[in-house]
Formats: sequence, C-alpha cells, structure tokens
Amino acid sequence: MSLLKVENISKSYSEHQALSDVSMEIPEKTIFGLLGPNGAGKTTLIRIINQIIEADQGSILFNGAPLNQEHIRNIGYLPEERGLYKKMKVGEQLIYLAQLRGLTLREASTRGKAWCQKLEIMDWWGKKIEDLSKGMAQKIQFIATVMHEPQLIILDEPFSGFDPVNANLIKDEILELRDKGATIIFSTHRMESVEQLCDHVAMINKSEKILDGSKVDIKEKFRDGSYYVEFKEGEIKSGSGFELISTEDIGRGLKRSLVQYSAEGNPNELLKQLIGQAEIHSFVERIPSMNDIFISLVKGENPELAEA
Amino acid sequence: MNKIFLVIQREFMSRVKKKSFLLATILVPLIFPAIIIGMVYLKEESEKNKEQETIHLLNESELIVFEDSERYTYKPVEGPLDSAKSDFSKSDAFALIYIPDLDIENPKGVAFYAKTSPGVTLVRGFERDIESQIRDRKLTVAGLSNDQLDQLKTDVTISSFNITESGDEKKSDAKSTFWISYVMGFLIYIFLFAYGSQVMQGVIEEKSSKIVEVIVSTVKPFQMMVGKVVGVASVGIAQFAIWMILFAVIWTLAMSFLGIDVASGQTSGLTPEQAQAQSNEILEIIQGVNWTQITLLFLFYFLGGYLLYGALFAAVGSAVDTPADAQQFMMPIMLPIIVSLMGLFMFVFEEPDGPVSFWLSIIPFSSPIVMMGRIGFGVPAWEIALSMVMLIAGFIFTLWLAGRIYRIGILMHGAKVNYKVLAKWFMQKN
Repeated sequence: MSLLKVENISKSYSEHQALSDVSMEIPEKTIFGLLGPNGAGKTTLIRIINQIIEADQGSILFNGAPLNQEHIRNIGYLPEERGLYKKMKVGEQLIYLAQLRGLTLREASTRGKAWCQKLEIMDWWGKKIEDLSKGMAQKIQFIATVMHEPQLIILDEPFSGFDPVNANLIKDEILELRDKGATIIFSTHRMESVEQLCDHVAMINKSEKILDGSKVDIKEKFRDGSYYVEFKEGEIKSGSGFELISTEDIGRGLKRSLVQYSAEGNPNELLKQLIGQAEIHSFVERIPSMNDIFISLVKGENPELAEA
Repeated sequence: MNKIFLVIQREFMSRVKKKSFLLATILVPLIFPAIIIGMVYLKEESEKNKEQETIHLLNESELIVFEDSERYTYKPVEGPLDSAKSDFSKSDAFALIYIPDLDIENPKGVAFYAKTSPGVTLVRGFERDIESQIRDRKLTVAGLSNDQLDQLKTDVTISSFNITESGDEKKSDAKSTFWISYVMGFLIYIFLFAYGSQVMQGVIEEKSSKIVEVIVSTVKPFQMMVGKVVGVASVGIAQFAIWMILFAVIWTLAMSFLGIDVASGQTSGLTPEQAQAQSNEILEIIQGVNWTQITLLFLFYFLGGYLLYGALFAAVGSAVDTPADAQQFMMPIMLPIIVSLMGLFMFVFEEPDGPVSFWLSIIPFSSPIVMMGRIGFGVPAWEIALSMVMLIAGFIFTLWLAGRIYRIGILMHGAKVNYKVLAKWFMQKN
C-alpha cells in the first residue's frame, strides 16, 4: 500500500526542465530516500508535494485521493533552507507553526510541551530563537516538523547543522516515528545515512528518475559478483571463471584479495577453487554501497563528471 | 481563511508586544503637542523679552511723525543721508529710516536701512504707517476734522460660515480648515511610509531568516502576504485608536487649562469677557468640524492607501534579500506618495476645488493623502464616493499584482533582480 503516488510529473521553468515525467510510489510506513546530485530536481519535486508550486503535468495521489489543501494537515516538512522567527519565543513559535498545520491552540500547546520534555529542552520554552545556538534551533525546527503527527514527513537534508550527538538523537526519533506509522521522505547527499535509515530509494538525475526500488532490491540489482577473500599461506591467482582484481596485506600475516566472479555463478564453485590456492580465513561477497551505486549512476549519466 | 487569521494574529501580536510599539504609542501624542506648545511658548517669551530697539530717523518731511512704541524708539538724526548712514553703521541701532521731503501726491524715496535683510512684514508695517499718515493728511487737506478722522477708523473681522446641503450653517475658520487638512494629509503620508516599510522589513526578515518555505508549505503565499499586510494595518489602527483616546484626554485637560488662562486675560490683554467670547468662538469652530466624518474617512483612506501601497512594499520585500537591495525598487513606490504630498501643498491648499485637486483626490495612488487634505474644505458626497470606489479597485489591483511577484520572489535566494526579472515572475505560471 503506498501513501503517496507521484504520477508522470513534469515541471519546467522558463530556462530549464526541472522534472520530466517522474513517477514513483512511496510505500506506507517506510523511510524513502530521495537521492540525486545538486540541481537534479529533488527540491522541485518536494515543493510540488508540499503544494508550494504546481506541476505542469501529472498528478499526485495522497492515500489514493488527489493531493489538496486538506492534506497540509497530514504533511510535515523540514526544508533544506530552514529557519525560524528570530524574535519569537520557542513555545509561541511551535504553537504557531502547529496551528498553521491545523492543530488547535490547546493541542499545539500540549504536544509542543510534550516534545520539549521528551528532548529535554523544556527550559528553552520561553526563550527567543535568537538566543539559542544553531543546533538548538534545529531541534526546535525538527519538533515543529513532526509535532502535528503527520502521516507524511518530508525531511530535506535533516542532519546538516547537527553535531554527531544530536544527529544520532534525531536519527532515533526518525526511526521511532517510522515505527509508529509515519512515512518519511528523506532527501540527502549523505549516503551513509541513506545506508542506515532508508528502506526505499529513488534517484533523480537531470530531471529524470533513474532508479527506484527497495534498498535490498537495488543492492541485489547492482551486485557484480565480486568477492573479498582473506587468506594465509599461498597466493590467489585468476582461475577459470574468475579474475583477481587486487591483493593487499591486512596484517597478522593475512592478505585480502578482491576477486571478480559472476553474479549468477554459485559461490561454492568459486570457493572450491580458492581453497585449492590458499588457506581461506574469510569469504564474503562485496555488496555495493549506496555511495558506489550513486556515484556510478551519476557518472554514467553525466560523462563530464566521470572525466573530472 | 482561518489560517490568514493566524498570520494576522501573529503579525499583530509580535509587533504590539515590542517595547518600541509601546514607546511610540505613548510618546508620540505626548511629544508632538509638547513640541508645539513649547515652540509657541518660546515664541511668546522671545516676543515679550525683546528689548526696545533704536531706529535712527532721518526725517526731512513734515508730513510724517513716528512715535516711540513698545518695540522701537526713534532717534532723530541729522543729514545728509551719507553721514547718517555711516553714523548708523557705527552705532548699535537696529535700523535707519530715511524719509525725504515727501510730495503728498507722489510720496517716493523712503528708504529703510538695516544691517541684516529686514523681514517683509516689518517693512510692510512701516509702509502702512506712512500710508495712513499720508491718507490722514490728505483727508485733512480735503477738510475733515480730527474727530471725523477718528470716526472713520473701524475694525472689521469677517466670520465665515459653511452652508451644508441641508442648509445648516457652521462657523468655519480658514485657519482651522487649513490645519485639519494639513494634519490629516500629513498623517496619512507618515502612516503610509511607516507601516508600508514595516511590511517590507517584515517580508525581508522572513526571507532572510529562511522561515518562508516552512510557512508557504502551510499557507498560500498570497494568504501569507495578505495576512502580513492586514496584520500590520491592525497595528496601525490600534495605535491610531490609542492616540485618539490619549489626544482626547490631553485635549480636555489642555482646554480646561487654556480656558482659565484666557479668561484671566494674562497674555492677550483682553478683558475677561472678550477672552471668554474668543475661547467660545474657538470651541464653536472645533465643534463645527464633523469629527466623526473625518475620523471615519481617515480610517478608510488610511486603510485603503495602506493596502494599496503595503502590497507593493511587500512585493519589493519579497524580491530582495537585504533592505539595501530594496532601494532600487523604492523610487516608483515613493514617487506617487511624494507627488501627492506636493499636490497637497501646491494645489489643494490654494484651490481645494480646482481640477488638479479633484483628479489627485480621485486617482487611487494619490487620493488617500489628497482627499484627506481636501476634506476640511468640504467635498461633495459623490466625489468622496467615486474616490472611495476607485481606491478599493486600486488596492485590489495592487494586491493582485504584488501577489504574483510575491509568490515567486519569497522562494528566490541570491537572485539578481531587476524589473525584467520582476516582469518574468509576474508572468510565470504557478
């Protein structure tokens, strides 16, 4: 069951095409990574989902119904370019932003206070934003994004500006929100957080979607049949059906080789041959990281980047 | 609709809670009257304390006699003129008046020498003095006695009245009408600038603090803009209301003091009865002004003019990143405001019913200032109605125009903006 269905969305500004015929489905209760290099069209798509701008073509369905103003209540948005009213107090600000999302004054006040207590920042409630540090303001902004308990939370580079401790705290909150049933669209360049958090991934490059699917499936698809072998006593050489790519010393008398085999082949066959060559201590398939996939895709699409 | 109200509420509260609002609201009604009273006081004091000045008088005519007054003593000096001039320049006397032997039919050659350029009214005073002495002399020659001459002197004061369409007449006073027009026109001018630039600053602040994107994901940019413009307007109205109350209190207090002061006849040298009559006359003029009408019209033209210009100010704020960048777009907004103010001085005060005054009070861009300037002089109802309709159409137009620029502008950071870019934003689809 998908919460959000993006169907054939196109958007152009006078000078360039921002999105061309992009479709994707965002499954319910997952963390959905929206990836892509700068200027690929991610922000445009996010703004269209937030109804800040309108698509030229295509439609978006939220829970099966065409996206409309009523859905603002069910969406939380943390934009990349974010900020708060500097002169406003933390409490007033949270209440105001939650009211704009459709909470009543009373609900907004209770939930705002509950969140501040949860993150142990209740003593900031009466302080003005301009008196807080940047990291503190980011926490407030995160609360403002999620406190109306939206079904869909859109986070654009949520960790930028956080120190590692607070980034972890927010990461845990994000996972908890997902477990409680929220769906999260997560746009970022930082592949390690995609690796850690995302269940699904879509990639946009040069206004077009070039990749879409669950993280596991994508990794499966990008498997190239290469294996890491750690060994002692002997030498790994290319053999029938496989090729040696590299070998390095890893200490304690151990060496590690990267071997290229086929993705479809049976690893037992490979292992049998390797056992004949050396004393094998570890044998593991190299699973491509999201970073590898991202870079290889973007480079493949942008030859000028590959040359650089 | 609900959300616009939230935006309005925030804009209102965040401004009203500021200390600067409290200060301005309380101090303005105290400071301005204090300045005016202070200046009037200083003027009277300096008049009172002026020392008697000596004027050298080289009088070769038997027709003219100057008698010493409170201000001046006349010291006769001997000719010729050149030596009198050089004596005068060495003395510390205030002026030298030279009166040649005058021909009664063609009195020419009277000269006034002073070390600094004399004021027009001063010289005019001496001219009148000499003129009346010559006239008296002519009348005596014609055979009138001194008694008859005295009887000729009469004092006339003209009381002017406004007759309304219903035939009521009200005592009017050119001076008070002028002041009402002046104050009303000027107040609108100040309000347009003060609150208009507040809107602009607010928008720039939201843009530079980058909160816009969060807000526009919950309300439409147009709602956000209207909310801000209306929120600031409600601050203006609240401030105006507080001022009116404070003024009323201060006025009542001042009137009770003034009444006592005038009645005792201290400064004016009038008998208590005359003084009473005069203060009654002032009261009558003040009561003759239709304050309800003026206040309501003021509120309408303030709001209308403010919405018209506030929208444009908001559009400018949305297009730029810093207040400094806003300068280039301020000119076309400020120009009509300044033209209205100039029109007020050059045309309305001279000829309140003239064609230029009429058109300036109909065109929405100038009508708030100019119509308020005309109101004291009495304006036919149909003209007010036409002007109001035009103003409403005017601000609907500017809100629409500004909204189209605003919706794109607030999401643009670091863009280099000129009029061509604004036009492109205006045309751009959503």
